Amino acid sequence: MQIYADNAATTKMSRTAIDAMLGCMEADYGNPSSLYTIGQHAKESLERARADVASVINAEPREILFTSGGSEADNQAIRSAAALGQKTGKKHIISTAFEHHAVLHTLKKLEQEGFEVTLLDVHSDGLVRPEEVEAAIREDTCLVTIMFANNEIGTIQPIREIGAVCRKHGVLFHTDAVQATGHLPIDVKADNIDMLSASAHKFHGPKGTGFLYARKGIRLTNLIEGGAQERGKRAGTENVAGIVGMAAALKESADHMAENTAHMQAQRDRLIEGLSKIEHSALNGDAKKRLPGNVNFCFEGIEGESLLLLLDDRGISASSGSACTSGSLDPSHVLLAIGRVHDVAHGSLRLSIGEDATAEEIEYIIRNVKEVVEYLRGFSPVWRDLKSGKTPFIL
Amino acid sequence: MALYSEKVMDHFRNPRNVGVIENADGVGEVGNAKCGDIMKMYLKIDDDVVTDVKFETFGCGSAIASSSMATELIKGKPVSEAMQLTNKAVAEALDGLPDYKMHCSVLAEEAIQSALDDYYNKHPEKKSIANDVRN
Repeated sequence: MQIYADNAATTKMSRTAIDAMLGCMEADYGNPSSLYTIGQHAKESLERARADVASVINAEPREILFTSGGSEADNQAIRSAAALGQKTGKKHIISTAFEHHAVLHTLKKLEQEGFEVTLLDVHSDGLVRPEEVEAAIREDTCLVTIMFANNEIGTIQPIREIGAVCRKHGVLFHTDAVQATGHLPIDVKADNIDMLSASAHKFHGPKGTGFLYARKGIRLTNLIEGGAQERGKRAGTENVAGIVGMAAALKESADHMAENTAHMQAQRDRLIEGLSKIEHSALNGDAKKRLPGNVNFCFEGIEGESLLLLLDDRGISASSGSACTSGSLDPSHVLLAIGRVHDVAHGSLRLSIGEDATAEEIEYIIRNVKEVVEYLRGFSPVWRDLKSGKTPFIL
Repeated sequence: MALYSEKVMDHFRNPRNVGVIENADGVGEVGNAKCGDIMKMYLKIDDDVVTDVKFETFGCGSAIASSSMATELIKGKPVSEAMQLTNKAVAEALDGLPDYKMHCSVLAEEAIQSALDDYYNKHPEKKSIANDVRN
């Protein structure tokens, strides 16, 4: 059995998105900036895609800026807010310890440029408290940037409440919604969102395409200088086919969101229930306030990479927050942020199931994770010491 | 291109000499759980020959494969040869390791050394030979 359970990393493109792209590449090959008919056809496709994307999140088309993906959108949103803040001497930014590196590394750079950054606690349940956001806001705060849903543990933040706090204090609010877009209902007006980042390949669109929503009136800073594309805010000939594919995928996801969510949540909860039966294991992040397809566990006494390799041998594609899979010596900053100690964080497993996950596949995953965990514990000196009582169990 | 060589995957999927030796002549444990790798080696030594070796490892694919390969390289060998096992030999026998995984082979060398040190501590009369070999 082959089961792709790493949809938080990327998703398989939908047939609808592929067909939309193929049609676009064959017919609309013109440059949208050209004035002749072929170019204007491409321009029309581009603007239709913009309108479609905007309507899904209740934005105006002119508030949508196409980018190369989520990281670029995050960079541009934060840089723009920082530039606006700098003008009025506001150089304080609020974020959280478990943001994506596209946000954290941009904030690191800004710190080197004289900005001050407050990273809020995300607590053991992986949830930000709006009252703590409010308490952290200062006179010189120019931006609050908090992700919509976490990419590793899937926890969904109280975005509307955080947005309300920001509005109350007149502070810009950006949210990295890369994991949420196409999977959770988003209404930028009702949710009090000023800027939002999204990436097409997380909702069955193509890689290399994304967008930044920026409420009208927010002056964006260019990351790429050049032509007048994207109202002068993002130079470079538009990735028309990619953008058209993204819009088709997003529309499709939005149209089927309710039924997809109901199905995935049921499969997710069954998976959580099954894996919880493995002794000395723990679910990471709140059990209910999480993405419909996200399951993330720590298993004591084993290391994540060997777990992934053996699951791959059994046809299951998953990911882990162990140091060995991150390419650094430290395990996932997200797991450390929710208070998991290094020893336990190394033994983590993220399964992000898709809309088409079947009950049979869920049972297959449960059975195989259980077997592989038992096998690896069977020759783990850490597990031996835990079982013999030489060291105490953490989970 | 795959992350690991066929050899690494073979030793990872079918690790040799896994387990524990009760009343081992030398036991060594290196690494720590904080860093994500721990190796434990058990040696049985008769007439200055490593007659049996077993390991337990908590770690990634290359850590398990390195432990397995290290045990193969010293099993049946005179202690004097086992003393000279290097991480390079372990990595080469595995047809190479990615750069950032070389520390796994270092850990395997250290685990064997640690088990041999334990053996010499229990048998100080053998120590002079060991020093000769090391120098």
